[in-house]
Amino acid sequence: MRAGAPPRRYAPAMKAKIDRTYEGSFHIVGGDFSRAGEASTELKTILLRMGMDEEIVRRVAIATFEAEMNIMIYATAGILRYTITPEEIRVVAEDMGPGIEDIELAMQEGYSTAPDWVREMGWGAGMGLPNMKKNSDVFRIESVVGEGTTVEMTIRLGDCGEENR
Amino acid sequence: MKLKEIVEILSLKPLVPSAGLEREVSGGYVGDLLSDVMANAGEGNIWITLQTHVNIVAVAVFKNLSAIVTVNGRMPDADTMEKAAEENIPILLTGKSAFETAGKLYQILNAKGIQG
Repeated sequence: MRAGAPPRRYAPAMKAKIDRTYEGSFHIVGGDFSRAGEASTELKTILLRMGMDEEIVRRVAIATFEAEMNIMIYATAGILRYTITPEEIRVVAEDMGPGIEDIELAMQEGYSTAPDWVREMGWGAGMGLPNMKKNSDVFRIESVVGEGTTVEMTIRLGDCGEENR
Repeated sequence: MKLKEIVEILSLKPLVPSAGLEREVSGGYVGDLLSDVMANAGEGNIWITLQTHVNIVAVAVFKNLSAIVTVNGRMPDADTMEKAAEENIPILLTGKSAFETAGKLYQILNAKGIQG
């Protein structure tokens, strides 16, 4: 605070007022587990700073962290893009990875193709994709074997769209 | 119930000096699968685990957990401790097993009327 400035008053907690569209992206390198969570943490910080509801932020952070982990575990590299509008938060995770042969099977809780060393770390339990879906209001996944996978997660603002939880 | 009281009763060893123990504990969760903890642990829970690598701190941050207890005397990796200090997450070490730690914690919390 500058000398002589009046004491700053903080507004009470209020709903975020998003007046335009905000966009950004993070690059993720496969296999670099020591940096896991950095992108999700940064997005979480951005959302909290905008005054987003904590429950919404929690859902976005968990869904994004799982997507981030999947890129780290399976892909060479990937990109996480986020779009924040007055209506929703959308996170798209696109990777250059092996792709998923059977998406329906991959969506089943407990199914995983993760290698042993990843499982020993407590990842690769076949819960990542289901967790992403559970925390999203709209969840889309597309994959081409040998090319990569794209996951799109939308979390609605406003009345919080609880139907998918 | 304050984390500090639990640390004293269970003789847990705090490993992150800068992470205060005055926080409130809402319950507990046991698990070594990180996605399971992400899905099912509750806000303010103590998390009992044998995982010690750096990703446990991120899980604790995203779930707003009150502390991580590493069991069987498993010392967290150096980068885990560094990250925990940065994120202000207490890590508590015990030589006891997850079973024994969870059992005692359940009793203590239950006696205070806290479940979950």
